[in-house]
Amino acid sequence: MPIIKADLDLCQGYANCVMEDARFFDISDDGVVVVLQEEFAKEDRTRVEAAVRSCPVSALRIEE
Amino acid sequence: MDSRTVIVGGSVGGIRVAQALRSQGYTGEVTVIDAETYHPYDKPPLSKSFLDGTLSYDRLYLISEEEVRDSAIDLRLGDRVVGLDITGSSVILESGPAITFENLVVATGLRARPSPWEATDGVHLLRTLDNAQLLKEDLLGAGSVVVVGGGFIGAEVAATARSFGLEVAIVDPLKIPIGRVLGDTVGERFTGLHHSNGVSTHFGTGVERITGAKGNLSVELSSGAVLLGDLVVVGIGAVPNTEWLVSSGLLIDNGLICDEYCRAAGQSNIYGVGDVARWYHPGYQALVRVEHWTNAVEQAACVAHNIINPKESDSYSPVSYVWSDQYDWKIQIAGETAAASDCVLVEDPSNHARFAAVYSNRSGSYCGVATVNWPRAMIQCRRLLDKESDISIPLNLITALLPSV
Ligand SMILES: Cc1cc2nc3c(=O)[nH]c(=O)nc-3n(C[C@H](O)[C@H](O)[C@H](O)COP(=O)(O)OP(=O)(O)OC[C@H]3O[C@@H](n4cnc5c(N)ncnc54)[C@H](O)[C@@H]3O)c2cc1C
Ligand code: SF4
Repeated sequence: MPIIKADLDLCQGYANCVMEDARFFDISDDGVVVVLQEEFAKEDRTRVEAAVRSCPVSALRIEE
Repeated sequence: MDSRTVIVGGSVGGIRVAQALRSQGYTGEVTVIDAETYHPYDKPPLSKSFLDGTLSYDRLYLISEEEVRDSAIDLRLGDRVVGLDITGSSVILESGPAITFENLVVATGLRARPSPWEATDGVHLLRTLDNAQLLKEDLLGAGSVVVVGGGFIGAEVAATARSFGLEVAIVDPLKIPIGRVLGDTVGERFTGLHHSNGVSTHFGTGVERITGAKGNLSVELSSGAVLLGDLVVVGIGAVPNTEWLVSSGLLIDNGLICDEYCRAAGQSNIYGVGDVARWYHPGYQALVRVEHWTNAVEQAACVAHNIINPKESDSYSPVSYVWSDQYDWKIQIAGETAAASDCVLVEDPSNHARFAAVYSNRSGSYCGVATVNWPRAMIQCRRLLDKESDISIPLNLITALLPSV
């Protein structure tokens, strides 16, 4: 089952991922990404991939 | 012919189109051509973490080598496209051959506006990896630098040079350079940020002449002042790379003119993406060209969708978003701030390096937001921008984030 992984040290809180899909991503009070659910359904794959590519610092990835 | 999409330009716009095509299930060939020989890299760090040495080149990759292979992206580096033949549906490479396409994506971006001044030795531009590498080497050996241009890239270079301990002066013909984007009240704070970091600003005066050579450059200002520097960095904007399209018949006017579906005007299978595309924004009801990273990524997803689903094309009506890092400020801007008519500042009393500016238009509606060191305020306000709301709504959201007294 593929899951979403975030590198919290890289994350700069740009929140492009949250704009792409707020079901999976949020920003904490410290301005760092929170992955709301690591797992995603097959039909959400395109959305999740788009969110991963929208991160300006490559802090997100999908682990297969 | 099998279906093939040819993407000219392998920076963020072009690469994200290729990735989005595959992600959205495109099965035709995908060819990306770029004149540069480097594996596709990202530009925002070139004035920030790459320039100050925190990130090395291999951390700038826009796509991994495995993904290029696994996604069957035919990446052709080091070849320049010199022409487009619309009737023959082909692009012409400098190396000779023509490549035919079913769909073409123009992703050739911008290049730095060249320095109009005479001196060249020790005078730097900043757009490409090569530019950044040369600048980085020179900064390490220098004691002082004069930055010409007080926009975002100029300010970022000034901040990075300061972090190396260089003496830095920054020049701009505008009295409040960032005011052009964020209004004068907020713009003045950005000027103050230079001052509190020990950078001298010479705003409201132009550059007349730059003479001398590396290690000994003189920048003469129209005010009569003369600034001395070991180096000069010229950051005075960028111009669209559209020369290869000039005789194609496509409409070029400060970029490639596109319709609301990001299709080149009058064409059904030619698209524009990223910094080079000047498309009809249905929300603003005007042609706009945006020189920011997130726009290139969002537009790429739209272009890929429209290539795959030409009969159900989406129009492209984004809320613009840009960030910048200057000194210890992490700046984020969303929506329309330049054309706003009013702006309300919200400060966080517990953190003096943090504030938000909320912008409204002539009819009092909320239209844009800028935050400094406040990502959480940004995301709350940014989400509201796709619909009309009264300015009190974002203001209340931000106030709710403040520590209760
Ligand atoms: C130093 C710097 C800092 C920045 N910082 C930020 C930031 O903090 N936040 C932000 O939002 N944005 C920032 N930007 C802007 C952002 O990088 C651009 O919006 C983005 O690079 C646009 O991508 P693009 O693919 O449209 O065009 P470009 O990045 O300009 O790429 C165009 C590509 O096309 C290739 N090309 C051009 N002509 C041809 C041809 N005839 N044949 C083949 N290939 C060709 C070029 O080699 C290049 O690789 C910054 C830009 C710079 C330069
Ligand atoms: S887009 Fe990237 S940097 Fe921004 S919040 Fe998401 S993970 Fe962090």
